[in-house]
Amino acid sequence: MDLKLGHYNKDGIEVVDVEGEIDVYTAPRLRELLIDLVNKKNYQLVVNMEKVEFLDSTGLGVLVGGLKRVRAHDGSLDLVCTQERILKIFRITGLTKVFGIHDSVDLAIAAKKAEK
Amino acid sequence: MATVEVTFTPLPAHVRTARLVATAVARRSGVDESLLDEVRLAVGEACSRAVEAHRKHCPRAPIRVALTDDTERFEVVVTDAAPTEAPAEAMSAELAPSFKTPAADGAPHQLPPEVGLAVISGLADDVRVMAAEGGTSIAMSWKRRTGSA
Repeated sequence: MDLKLGHYNKDGIEVVDVEGEIDVYTAPRLRELLIDLVNKKNYQLVVNMEKVEFLDSTGLGVLVGGLKRVRAHDGSLDLVCTQERILKIFRITGLTKVFGIHDSVDLAIAAKKAEK
Repeated sequence: MATVEVTFTPLPAHVRTARLVATAVARRSGVDESLLDEVRLAVGEACSRAVEAHRKHCPRAPIRVALTDDTERFEVVVTDAAPTEAPAEAMSAELAPSFKTPAADGAPHQLPPEVGLAVISGLADDVRVMAAEGGTSIAMSWKRRTGSA
């Protein structure tokens, strides 16, 4: 399956819905979207990965790049993911220590608000 | 002799094809269903790494993926023709610390290629990185169910 992207604002936080496969072929589209959102001054991001079927290190690189961009503006980028096969790659690379990973969009938003 | 061999030009779009073929052959070879996601991801990582290396050094040269199941293991060997960039040293890298410091500008477009190798080493039962034919071969293997064709 190819990559489908969407985004919406909820309670002042930009939620990015990602569906399909994030790999060396499709990751540039996600990167462009994250850069575009940051350029439009969205520094509080939640990437919903519940419908992601495949994620490789290229996709991880895009997420890390997005995280660095929002952090440069004192923002944050959290993830929503409960799929074990996707979480595994975050654990292997140690990135579970870097990203906030939540079970739902609502929980991710609540966690961001609690940080403020 | 390889059970199945795939050769492709170094385009990102073809990595998905290689993943799909590897997963299909692994399933037919008797690799446990619970490991197929790991085969898919590891082969994708090896092919992505090869594609990036070829795009830098030899964009016209093909990448070869050989899949064999003639032993008790299912083995995938991804061979590129790009000059070696000392890949083996990062096989067990702990990668998180380098991402903790925010960058004011110039956030990376992609992680270093060593990340892909670290992922592969975390997924395959056995991984070997070898110099081969002017490039690099990454051999990964998984156990097959006994009695599988």
